[in-house]
Amino acid sequence: MIGHAEKAAPFAANEKRAHWHDQALWFVRLKRDRQAESIPEWEELRQTASAIKAHTLSRIADYLEEFERNATNNRIQVHWACDAAEHNAIVHKILADRGITRLVKSKSMLTEECHLNPYLEARGIEVTDTDLGERIVQLRHEPPSHIVLPAIHLKKEDIGELFHKELGTQAGASDPKYLTEAARGHLRQKFMAAQAGLTGVNFAVAETGGFVVCTNEGNADMGTSLPRVHIACMGFEKLVPRSKDLAVFLRLLARSATGQPVTSYTTHFHGPVRGGELHIVIVDNGRSTILGQETFRRSLSCIRCGACMNTCPVFRRSGGYSYGYTIPGPIGSLLAPLRDPKNFASLPFASSLCGSCSDVCPVKIDLHHELYAFRQDMVRGKRVPLAKRLAMAGMSYVLAQTWAYRLAGGLMRGIVPRMPRALVYGPWNPWGRQRELPPMPRHSARGLIQRDLTQKGAK
Amino acid sequence: MPRVGLFIPCYIDQFYPQVGLASWRLLRRLGIEVEFPEEQTCCGQPMANSGCAECTRPLAEKFLRIFGKYDYVVAPSGSCVSMVRNHYAQWLSGREGFDHLRANTFELCEYLVDVARVSKIDGDFPCKVGLHMSCHGLRELRLARSSELMVKPFNKVRFLLGQLRGIEIVELTRPDECCGFGGTFAVNEEAVSCLMGRDRLADHERAGAEIITGFDTSCLMHLEGLIRREKKPLRVMHVAEILEQARLS
Ligand code: SF4
Repeated sequence: MIGHAEKAAPFAANEKRAHWHDQALWFVRLKRDRQAESIPEWEELRQTASAIKAHTLSRIADYLEEFERNATNNRIQVHWACDAAEHNAIVHKILADRGITRLVKSKSMLTEECHLNPYLEARGIEVTDTDLGERIVQLRHEPPSHIVLPAIHLKKEDIGELFHKELGTQAGASDPKYLTEAARGHLRQKFMAAQAGLTGVNFAVAETGGFVVCTNEGNADMGTSLPRVHIACMGFEKLVPRSKDLAVFLRLLARSATGQPVTSYTTHFHGPVRGGELHIVIVDNGRSTILGQETFRRSLSCIRCGACMNTCPVFRRSGGYSYGYTIPGPIGSLLAPLRDPKNFASLPFASSLCGSCSDVCPVKIDLHHELYAFRQDMVRGKRVPLAKRLAMAGMSYVLAQTWAYRLAGGLMRGIVPRMPRALVYGPWNPWGRQRELPPMPRHSARGLIQRDLTQKGAK
Repeated sequence: MPRVGLFIPCYIDQFYPQVGLASWRLLRRLGIEVEFPEEQTCCGQPMANSGCAECTRPLAEKFLRIFGKYDYVVAPSGSCVSMVRNHYAQWLSGREGFDHLRANTFELCEYLVDVARVSKIDGDFPCKVGLHMSCHGLRELRLARSSELMVKPFNKVRFLLGQLRGIEIVELTRPDECCGFGGTFAVNEEAVSCLMGRDRLADHERAGAEIITGFDTSCLMHLEGLIRREKKPLRVMHVAEILEQARLS
């Protein structure tokens, strides 16, 4: 599989567009800063959230059983899926048993992870994503490029063109208000015709057996109050023990995600609508394997706020698709290779390890240190090209012997300045493609320090 | 009088000797008994950064062997110090002298402020300076508050530089965005790395900087590479080179 660097290069090469993407996301980061600043106990909140998640994960089986009991008491039907295939089959069966052929969905990264849409569509079910950004990428037959802002890679002109083709808006129209209105009208028909609604889950509460869905467009509410059947899908790590824990997470989520104090709609579900059914599908799909790995366990604390993507200087300049996985950015660079180390071996290296992600993360996942640790796994598993591993071994040998290091350094400084430029700056020198090499001075620092010492001595 | 071992990272030793010399002189002029152990080479960061744990081990061990005997170890590099403080445990945990080494290895500015308790800087530097807050010094050593954290602002480097007469530290629109060096990242992800670097330069230029300074020569080497290729009217200087001119007390 081609690595991150190869996919990032063309994105970064279109500098104008890369800068636009960078600015759009940086704007969200700044909004987040302003919101976080307004809460004096922000850092305390992060610490608490992190502790709650760590505790929950340490007793996840108990909490899941507690949740199942309480949810069942709430007349919610609980299903368990060990992987994506089982998850998709469960959802399909619920729909097929009831003869349902039209489904509306609100945003759910889990169903993206499981590739539910194509699965259902192949079985004759019309699936409509109702989050505006998700609908846009769905119409383009693309995956989302960001977990909170699925269409952030597109400009309004791109969307105008798409809507002209798909929804019959005026050619050349790119006014966001006009386009949003058009999407609204289009989605309304889909809502009215839907026979079932599917949502994700932001938080499930063990103590009550209820769950919370956050959106800004109210589409989850439309999708679950009109049709009779509501299916909610969640990875098992979405659990928190108590209702009052929501007071911590809901304050962090929207502020970190979009820089809003709270999402426009925060809906608590505690049972089916009158005369309807409510199903919840709890999915593992590799999560318990991650839970068993001490170094990477904390990545399951993620509340999918997207802040690490917005702040990541690499993500902003390489785009979500360069990661090749449903969840991109720093957290995706952990989750993807945790699932499939062979195909995503380049992702732990797709970071300058600047650490901004770890400082921004509302649940304090030590993202950049986990990426650093993951690199060692990749080398141990021989998933880093042999040439690179050999180069490092050679470098290590030279650096470990003071005489070899001094000799190599002296030779380099002596020879490189005398070499023809074309030879130094050939295609074999990635440093020099856009940058000059550092100066090659006559003396090393140790030489200068020695001289300084002898001069002082002479005085 | 404590004995201080000066660690000069390999790339400074080879490419930016004046930074090593400035750090040396700066400490000596403070009256500190500083030594430069000749045997030193590299902290092992390039290997560690690439995930090559076994290639890093001999360098970590070498570092401990050479520097374990000093009361303090000082290096003009945030990332090398972070290597010792945050990553060496993997190879050296439990070894004799490691806990002492880890607790007493400092980045230069950090050493000046926290250990040598320098509070007054007497000197002139009438220039417009952009301060590049390299990530490892910033977020691994906490030389300053990072912009993500909602704690009281502080900046140890700015505290030192800001006292120079005539200096104007320009205000950047993104005070601590990564320059894209990132060790081997600079070549593995060359395209993104260079774009990040150029964006940093643009921010400094917009703010009117004449000189970009910082405490990590590796980042400055990357930025200088871009500056020289594009022939921009900017210069890079390590903080030690600026402070060396002044009287510290
Ligand atoms: S890792 Fe942290 S910052 Fe990134 S999406 Fe998850 S919760 Fe948000």
